[in-house]
Amino acid sequence: MAAIAETEVVYTRSELMVIAASRALHDGDVVFVGIGLPNLACNLAKRLHAPSLQMVYEAGVFGANPERQALSIGDPCLVAGAASVCSLADIFLFYLQRGLIDVGFLGGAQVDRHGNINTTVIGDYAHPTVRLPGSGGASEIAALARRVYIIGRQSKRSFVERVSFVTSPGHCPGGGRPPGAPGGGPHLAMTDLGVYDFDGSGEMRVRSLHPGVTADDVRASTGWPITVPAGIGSTPPPTPEELRILREELDPHGYYLKA
Amino acid sequence: MSKVTDLRSAVAAHVHDGDVVVMEGFTHLIPFAAAHEIIRQGRRDLTLVRLTPDVIYDQLIGAGCCRKLVFSWAGNPGIGSLHAFRRAVDDGTLEIEEYSHFGLAMRFFAGAANLPFMPMRNYFGSDLPAANPLIRPVASPYGDELLYAVPAIRPDVAILHAQRADEDGNVQVWGLTGIQREAAFASARLIVTVEEIVPREVVRSDPNRTMIPGLIVSAVCPVPFGAHPSYALGYYDRDNDFYVRWEAVSRDAAALDGWLHEWVIETPTRESYLDKIGRARLDALRPEPHYSQPVNYGRYR
Repeated sequence: MAAIAETEVVYTRSELMVIAASRALHDGDVVFVGIGLPNLACNLAKRLHAPSLQMVYEAGVFGANPERQALSIGDPCLVAGAASVCSLADIFLFYLQRGLIDVGFLGGAQVDRHGNINTTVIGDYAHPTVRLPGSGGASEIAALARRVYIIGRQSKRSFVERVSFVTSPGHCPGGGRPPGAPGGGPHLAMTDLGVYDFDGSGEMRVRSLHPGVTADDVRASTGWPITVPAGIGSTPPPTPEELRILREELDPHGYYLKA
Repeated sequence: MSKVTDLRSAVAAHVHDGDVVVMEGFTHLIPFAAAHEIIRQGRRDLTLVRLTPDVIYDQLIGAGCCRKLVFSWAGNPGIGSLHAFRRAVDDGTLEIEEYSHFGLAMRFFAGAANLPFMPMRNYFGSDLPAANPLIRPVASPYGDELLYAVPAIRPDVAILHAQRADEDGNVQVWGLTGIQREAAFASARLIVTVEEIVPREVVRSDPNRTMIPGLIVSAVCPVPFGAHPSYALGYYDRDNDFYVRWEAVSRDAAALDGWLHEWVIETPTRESYLDKIGRARLDALRPEPHYSQPVNYGRYR
């Protein structure tokens, strides 16, 4: 019976995080892709329900169609078969600032209750306790993409009340974007515990919990008293086809989703 | 007039202590051979500018060439951290000036276009302008819109690697072109290392592919595999094992010193570096050919 077969599917919560992100992508979306988990989510969506999804890479690629998994943000596999290759300035000016990007994926060492993201420093800027890589293209993706999807593993260290440095701005307390920012800001967050969205006051709340995860698990891994609305559902588990593509075609060596 | 010269002479003539230097190439075509020559010639107090400092600047920082770093993302792409960079920041020996990719790209754009600044729709609600006072709000003179601006940058010298050029220095690049064109036009001097020098007719048969005219090139140097361990599209793939192994080398200051001594100081030319790596390993990085369809430019006379 199908229902029984489905319960026998063994998967990790990190795999479900990527699969949930892929399901949140629509056919036809123009997506600003980062390396690693977003790359997996986009390629998975493209192979299943979103064949006309367009992948954009900051290195200067529109409509990438790679034959292998990109190992870096400027991997040679992104070039052949792409619809267009242009300069990095063109990507930021004419695609992102022009308003052509539907979804931008972001992750970071710290995410806070309003979807602000920190990839710059932990602690004081001049004398940090941890120096992180910095913005890259994240700050402008946060300012300009129609919808920002946040993806990454969740813990009390990564889901904090207030980030120590706002690299990429989220929503203002009380709701709304920072004045001047044209993009819609954080729309969803996908972690290894659940899927999150943002309420009218710009605050993150639980949208669905992954199977086996309780509201208390989420509270224990969140640095602020997060809202868990009554009656929320469970994230549908991976289908065998989603898992097969993810494991056999997209991450066969387990670079990103090693159990 | 031919602009072809050897890399040693080009670096000696055009890179000076205290210069502002940009060595671009976004993952693709990173000019490693030129960086090693700068290390060998012992340049000091450089201000190094680059969106992604990458392993190339980790080496220059580790070798003591760099006083200040201007950047927008400092990691070992797809692998982890740049430890020489992080040590120098922790020790307080390296001054940093930090942007986002868009911001630093627009600094080159403004410099290349001879404008004082570029406005952009970015940095609203971000802490980056507080961390870097050169990122400033600016009001539109044509309405009530608020924007942010970044100042032009005009480096003393840009250094790039490319697939090919003719002897006049007309440089052709295909695949990812990053911010090289803007960095080249922004800079006072320009050194380009190339996989090969080709006849003028080859360049002129496909002028759309010429990213940089010889007009702004100071020196062009034939340096096959000059971007290893990064890649040159159509010539060789990224040597990903090198990037993976750099993590352990750069984590330990003594190991980094040892690496620089063995692979840069005591390996004085690119040819000897390639021999030391081994031709079999380099051959394994070569992709099978995959040609574009020719286009018809037409003949008008």
